[in-house]
Parts: sequence; C-alpha cells; structure tokens
Amino acid sequence: MSRAEHATGSVIVWHGQMKRRRALLLRGGLYVGVGLLWLVLFLALPALLLVVIAMIQRGPYGTFVWELTTENLTRTMGWGMFGWSADTLRILGRTITVASVTTAVNLVLSFPLAFFIASRPRRSRMAWLALIIVPCCTNMVVRAYAWMLVLSPQFPPSRAAQALGWIDDGAGLYPGPLAVYLGMITTLLPFTVLPIYTNVERLDWSLVEAASDLYASRWRVFRHAILAQIRPGLVAAIVLTFIPAMGMFVIPKLLGGSKYMLVGDLIQQQFGESRDYPYGAALSLVLMAMTLLGLWLSRRYFRKSSESRGGEAAL
Amino acid sequence: MKRLHPALYVAALATILVIYLPLLAVAAFSINDAERGFVWYGFTLKWYGQLWHDQRVRQVTVNTLLLAGASTVISTIIGTLLALGMDRFPWPRRVRTMLDGVVYLPVVTPDIIIAASLVAAFALLRTLSSFFDPGLPAMIIGHVTFQVSFVTLVVRSRLAVIGTNLEEAARDLYASTPYLMRRILLPLLLPGILGGAMLALVLSLDDFVISFFTSGPQSTTLPIHIYGELRRGLTARTHALSTIILLATVLLVLALQRLSRRQTDQ
Repeated sequence: MSRAEHATGSVIVWHGQMKRRRALLLRGGLYVGVGLLWLVLFLALPALLLVVIAMIQRGPYGTFVWELTTENLTRTMGWGMFGWSADTLRILGRTITVASVTTAVNLVLSFPLAFFIASRPRRSRMAWLALIIVPCCTNMVVRAYAWMLVLSPQFPPSRAAQALGWIDDGAGLYPGPLAVYLGMITTLLPFTVLPIYTNVERLDWSLVEAASDLYASRWRVFRHAILAQIRPGLVAAIVLTFIPAMGMFVIPKLLGGSKYMLVGDLIQQQFGESRDYPYGAALSLVLMAMTLLGLWLSRRYFRKSSESRGGEAAL
Repeated sequence: MKRLHPALYVAALATILVIYLPLLAVAAFSINDAERGFVWYGFTLKWYGQLWHDQRVRQVTVNTLLLAGASTVISTIIGTLLALGMDRFPWPRRVRTMLDGVVYLPVVTPDIIIAASLVAAFALLRTLSSFFDPGLPAMIIGHVTFQVSFVTLVVRSRLAVIGTNLEEAARDLYASTPYLMRRILLPLLLPGILGGAMLALVLSLDDFVISFFTSGPQSTTLPIHIYGELRRGLTARTHALSTIILLATVLLVLALQRLSRRQTDQ
C-alpha cells in the first residue's frame, strides 16, 4: 500500500469503483466466507482430527478412548498384537510398487496417444478426446466390473493364458496382480494423457525441425526438442496419476481379491468392517506421507534433470 | 503437425481398444438371452425391462440423482461465490496464497483420505446431532467438499477469460453492484458456471469412495448397489445396469464438451 493511499484514508480505485479497502475486503469476505468455512469445517479440521485420532486408543464399536498411544503408528510398521509381522509392510510396499509401475506404464502409453490425437484434424480432435474421457468418467465400479467379466475363466484372455500354461485350467486371470494392473492402468490413463496432450498440442515443431536439420540423433531430438517442451505436462501427469493410484481402493479390492491388498483396502477395512478408526487414521497418515514423498522425489528428479540440461547448454 | 510413425498410430489405437474392450463386452452381454455365462443365445432386452420394474433399483436411482442434484446445486453456488471472492477483491498476497492453498487442497488429496477424515469427523459430530449419521445428508456434505474446488477452478478460468474491462466500463457508467451482477457479470459468467456445475455432476456420479464411506443402509447409490450385487456373481441384469450408467456417462461427457467448446468459441 502506498503512502498516498494512507493519506486518503486507504481509499483505492478497484475495477472502476472507488472504495475504502476495508469495505471492499469485508464484501469479499462475504463471498469467500461460505466456501472457506465449508472447506475448513469439512476438510481441514477433519484432516487435523485424523492426525489426532491416529494417536489415541480405540474404544468398542468405533468409539474413541482419549488416551495418547503410539500403538496405531507402530502397528502400521508391522508391530501388532502378536509381535512383528511383515504383512502390513508388504501391503505398503506393494502399494508403492503398483502405483509407481502404473504411473510409469501410463506415461509410456500416453505418448503415442497424445501425439496421435494432436495429429488429427482440428475438428475430430474433440471427438477423440471424448473417447478418452468417457471411460474416465464412467463409474469405477462399472469399470472394475467390466474387467471382472473379460478376465473371467471362460473368456479368451484366460483361455489363452491357460493354454500357455501360465495359470491352471479353469482358473481365471482375475483375481490377481495382472487384473489389478490392467484395472489401474486403464482407469488412470486419461489423467496421464490429458495433461501431456495439452502440451503436445502446443508443441513448437520448428524446434524439432531445427534439431533434425542440425543432425541431432533421433534420441536427442526427442529428448531436447520434444521432451523438454512437454516437461510441465509430464509433471502434471505424474501428480494426477500417482496420487489416485496410491489411494486406489475399489479396483484392487474387486480385481485383486484378498491376497493382493493395497493400503486403500486396508484403510477402508478399518473404517468399515473393523471399526478401528485410530488404526485407519494412522494408515491414512502413512499413505499421505508416502504420496507426498513420491511426489517430492519425482519433482526433485525433474529439477535435477533440467539442471543438467542447463549445464549441457552452457557447455 | 509432422507425420507420425505408423507404429505410433498402432500403439494409440490399440490402447484405446484395450480401454474399451471390457466396457463393450459388458454392453454386449447385457443384450444376451442368458442370465449368466458367456455363450451367445440371441438378442433380448428383457434384462432392461426387469430393471425398469425393480423397486430396489428405482429407489437406488432416485437416491443417486438426489445426491448428485443436491450436491451439484450447493457446490455450484459456493464454488462460484468463492471464485468471485478470490478474483475480484484486493486481497493481500498472503491471504491470496492461503485461499489458493485451501481451495486446491481437495484436488490433490487422495479421495480415500477425504473420505476417512469425514468418517472420523462425523463419528464425533454424531454425538451432537443425528444429522451426521451415515446417510444422504452426510453423503451430500462429502460430495460438496470435493466438488467445490473443481467448480471454483472452472469459474475462475472463465473469470480470467472475461477480464475486468466490461465491469470497469459498467462502473464508470454508474452501474450499481446488483445491476452489474445481474446484467453484466452473471450473463458473461454463465457458461463457466454451467461448465462447473456439469463437472460437479459428473464427479458426483463418478464417485464411489466417498459415497461408500458415508452411506447408510437407506441411502445406497447405483455404484454401491452394483458393488453389492457383485457378491452374487456377474449377471445379465448387472450388465444391463452398468451399460445404462455407461451410456449416461457418454451423454454427459458430450454435453460437457459441447458446453466448453461454445465457451472457447466465444
């Protein structure tokens, strides 16, 4: 705020109206107030509550006993009632693996799709985009259900796997890891494709041509002329794919069965059948921490690779 | 655009095919004249007829639409006000950053965390009022909580497109605030508000996790209903129900796209 404004009693000209700053902000507060209150009340405070609940004891039937304990948090690391077991850690590790592999596969699959759609005539691009978006907006249960049908024992994919001896005769490809991966990859693919596509569409091809004209190898053209331009979309794609992949719960539950649990299923179990809210809250915190760690690592990697690019340019 | 390598075409089309294959299979078996199994017995629409007469399915559909409708209306109003409030007032930089942070929190939080924290909060609030028991009101609160941010996102992008020139011109010509709102800002903003509302609707219909965590026995929605049916195995009636949901989604996405195209054309 400049001194002149102070002198006039903090009156400012704002979009064609001359008002006191305080009067304007008061009115702005009314606009923002409801939404802010809602988000604080039903998002921020409950999230804080989750942190608190993770550190207290459970009572019977989903009630709380307000006594501090670290039991829930140590339980997420495997120390249970009967000593240490690797089960929970195995589920956590599997979650990270599945989410990372899904994100990586989706990135690879997204490139042909994004370039393909961007190469369509302007008019039909919208139709192709709709084709990608529709399955993403179809309910997750319906999509998981569709895979259950296709991967059931009598269907060609399972028959082929039986013939090749990968699975027993009469067995299906679901429930199992393959079904979970297929479900996760196809469910999250639109989230990976769309951010990459928006960058590919705006790609400056003259840079690619310039690189080719200067005898850059195909790989160097891809890396320095294409990938470098898509980087922002790539980062957004990773965020939009990795976060839901870590917290995914219906797909692994329906397609993986009880032997291929992910942490999302485990959390749901605590808030559902087991009614062990404190343990569920502790697991949620671990999930959140792992997600943030993964995003931080990928961001650091990207920053580092862009720094090394800068170094090359300086050379 | 340069010409692409043929292998890219093949890869892209194969990926789209793999995404659609299961959904098409479900649609195909929903018009098969056999309740279970995977052998083609001929064309029939009787499973759709059975769904039409199923009281339970009707009730569940009503619940789904009620939840989607109510949460969309509430979140559109709150989200639009939030967008206006954030963009059109001289907030200090720190307040602006804080608002941005809070509003985009639901976008980057895994939905299972939102669901879990709501269940925990409702468990406490329940001791104060039965309003927070598992059921429709609790589900509406849950849905609005994640919808608001998306509405705000869409409306804000429209606000940025409109710019402030027309508003300033109106003010210079002595338009009062109500007049400015009614005759200038809202008509210009309408495509954005509608787009936000459509997105909120799609998100609500697509949601399973938050509904599943907060629903009660009387407030089952279609996805939860299908989830329950799955324990009885795959039947043609569930195929039919899934196909209807798929078709409804197609229509919604097309409508949403048409709306956003009109917005960019302007």
